[in-house]
Amino acid sequence: MSWTALDTGIVVVAAVSAMACALIGSFLVLRRMSMMGDAISHAVLPGIAVAFLVTLSRDTAVIVVGAAVAGVLTAAFTQLIHQVGNVDRGAAMGVVFTTMFALGLILIVRSADAVHIDVHTVFYGAVELAPLNDVVVAGVRMPRALLILGAVFAADLAFVLLLFKELNLTSFDPEFARATGFDSRLMHYALVVMVAVTIVAAFESVGSILVIAMLIVPGVVAGLFTRRLWSLLLFGQGVALVCAVGGHLGAITVPRWFGLSDTSTAGMMTVVAGAVVAVALVAAPERGLAARALHRGRVALAVGREDLLVELLRVEERGAPAPGRRELVREEASRIAGRSNRFDRSVALLVERVRGRVRRVGAGFRLTTAGRRLASGLLRSHRLWESYLFAEGDPAAEVHFAAHQLEHVTSAGMRADLARGAGATDPHGRPIPDAAADPTPPERSSRRKA
Amino acid sequence: MSYLPPWEQVWRVLTLSDFNTRVVVVGVALLGMAAGIIGTFTLLRKRALVSDAVSHATLPGIAAAWLVMVALGGTGKWFPGLLLGAAAGGLAAVAAVLVVRSVLRLHEDAALGIVLSVSFGIGIALLGVIQQMRRGSAAGLDSFIYGKTASMLVADAMLIGITSLVLVVVAVLLFKELNLLCFDAAYAASQGLPVGLLDAAMLTLVVAVTVIGLQAVGLILIVALLITPAAAARFWTYDLRLMTILAALIGAAGGFIGAGLSALVPRLPAGAVIVVTIAAGFAVSALFGTRRGLLRLLLERHRGDRRIRREHLLRAVFEQVEGQLGATPDRAALEAGAVSRSHLALHRGWTRQELAAALRIGRRESWLQPAAESELVRLTPAGAALALRIVRNHRLWELYLIRYADVATSRVDRGADRIEHVLEPELVAELEAQLERMPDAAAVAASPHALAPETP
Repeated sequence: MSWTALDTGIVVVAAVSAMACALIGSFLVLRRMSMMGDAISHAVLPGIAVAFLVTLSRDTAVIVVGAAVAGVLTAAFTQLIHQVGNVDRGAAMGVVFTTMFALGLILIVRSADAVHIDVHTVFYGAVELAPLNDVVVAGVRMPRALLILGAVFAADLAFVLLLFKELNLTSFDPEFARATGFDSRLMHYALVVMVAVTIVAAFESVGSILVIAMLIVPGVVAGLFTRRLWSLLLFGQGVALVCAVGGHLGAITVPRWFGLSDTSTAGMMTVVAGAVVAVALVAAPERGLAARALHRGRVALAVGREDLLVELLRVEERGAPAPGRRELVREEASRIAGRSNRFDRSVALLVERVRGRVRRVGAGFRLTTAGRRLASGLLRSHRLWESYLFAEGDPAAEVHFAAHQLEHVTSAGMRADLARGAGATDPHGRPIPDAAADPTPPERSSRRKA
Repeated sequence: MSYLPPWEQVWRVLTLSDFNTRVVVVGVALLGMAAGIIGTFTLLRKRALVSDAVSHATLPGIAAAWLVMVALGGTGKWFPGLLLGAAAGGLAAVAAVLVVRSVLRLHEDAALGIVLSVSFGIGIALLGVIQQMRRGSAAGLDSFIYGKTASMLVADAMLIGITSLVLVVVAVLLFKELNLLCFDAAYAASQGLPVGLLDAAMLTLVVAVTVIGLQAVGLILIVALLITPAAAARFWTYDLRLMTILAALIGAAGGFIGAGLSALVPRLPAGAVIVVTIAAGFAVSALFGTRRGLLRLLLERHRGDRRIRREHLLRAVFEQVEGQLGATPDRAALEAGAVSRSHLALHRGWTRQELAAALRIGRRESWLQPAAESELVRLTPAGAALALRIVRNHRLWELYLIRYADVATSRVDRGADRIEHVLEPELVAELEAQLERMPDAAAVAASPHALAPETP
């Protein structure tokens, strides 16, 4: 791979357009209008065609105005059909943008002699060619696309900074905005205009596919990692940058592995965007697969540790010999209520030994004093719950299983409440450990199980 | 647009006398029909835009199929092979939407947008690769994006037509189950229907229509075939069976006219013409639809306004007579009393035009008759009966508001004014029962508040 000044130019143009789209698109995502980006990016076609036919000029300003008008029309028609016709919003959008796109296609094909709009370029984009078309501004030579995109990016930035409070309010809490008398419709159409302008400016250099991806993906991914608007927007900029750089690198390297030259940078940028979504799918805090698996594992381990302690206490109570490792780690559904498996149990045994709650005695294991205190608190919870459930009318044979689940989520305060109605033994006649054995609540007992 | 085809040519297309045209036009019409039917279900299930993601995702499927076919030594031009690839891409998109949505708990909108743009980007990247390969023939792959009805092969058109017919049959066979799914998924589940499986079946039908429609209208516009006919049909009826039939007809007509027009007029992209034709059908439905059409809505509002105005007129006459008598009039007194026009206008705060309009309605319905002096009007027996009923409703409602809704006496007139017009007979009976008064149906209670403005 050889990196040239051309490559730098391509990456800069791609990055600026991606960042402009990400900035304004995050608000579409927050307002649950993601598909509006797709709709507008198709619907601007007749706007571009008409603007061109009327003025016969390829001037960017003319095209941008045409696109903005088409964008507002799309939003307005969608709203009209949705509200007056009571048609689902998505369907209304589908009707409007396909019709506009079809009209645009017909216009362009019918007047092909007059209009020189290459539909192909509009949709695939040719960011690879963008650095070749230079202009000189104030003595500095720069790609024309960069000038336009830079201006649009600056406009988007100004829009967001000036209306930050309003955007924040109407995006996160539209009901509250309405209640305080703020007209969110104005914000809606202002946003639509900015989206349309951004889309059409980016079209020329990077094509519509990339635009749609960059409008949505950064906002969505950032939203998985943070909910504060400032950090969300910044995170989105980072994602856009990663897509631009990674996309171009991919476009010029990946096909070479197969003996080909290179492929569309715009296409590869969306592939990278897809990869970013895949990473987020796994790594996102709270909602990511890894975070969920981790949470499940921690809960299973906590439950397994508590069950282990209680089991050892029961063995002591029966006066049975200290159980060996094999006996402790066996799977037993009724004891562990299907929550932990053999692996969890052996990890639990290891952890509890390290923490000094369980010690080896000859061939078996016994509780230490600290372990016994924790275990008797748990067993007390268990038997108090059994008494309570029995008193509430549950059959004695069934209370064990419910109590077994509940013992892990019972705090000292709850135990005190339960103790008020309980006697000295549980429904099976076994003694309930007294509260003095457990002056402080066990470490995990107030943690929610699931 | 200056070019008009000769009449014989129009006739040849309309009567389908040309074999090629016949196959293409009929094939596309059948496609429109299948899309209309299947689109009805996705629309009602609020999944209309799924087809957008599906259609974009067929592109990487097609490109991948081409690469596989070329790798196996073919040219990559085998149409059914490309369609299989498209179907695989579409199904993968549906699965991806479901995974992204459920794992990340995203709004469906965002999930669709991500899948749509990323899969289309993959498709473009693959096409970029394909165009540089020396083997195989990549020409025509991007015809899938915009469609090319005019240059469609007869065999392709037949494949489209026959597959569409099969899809129509499948949709009709599943009609009852899909019907239940669309209107009440929870109820369908409680009836033991496999809701997940039915959803999957519906989405598979969407993928199938999208795939066969690609070549005819292109992957961006196929979405219109799946959404617009169904959305148009909804303006005419609430009955799902009728709605499905209508959507099928609109879709078929759009396909027929669009494909026919593009055969007649040079340089008219068929897919776009089909979509615009269907959109015209949508516009007509949205304006003139008998259930939710704009015209019907306006007419209903107008009728409502008229009814309210005439009720205000009759109540104004009643209250004037009441003021003259100093007591609540019975029917005879009401018929005997004459009221002056200017007092009526003053009473309701009407302008001259509003008064004239109200009086016109009153005379046309023969509730009012001119009295001896031209300034005065009187109620006819029919008008008096109606006035009694209207005032009764008004005052019943006022009493109810005072007693049960804690509304101040000075304000009830306004509230009652708004609601009296929509009181159903059952509601009136219930109000009477609750207020435990007025056993005589013709009696009217005295107004609970002073009648303003002061009557002379």
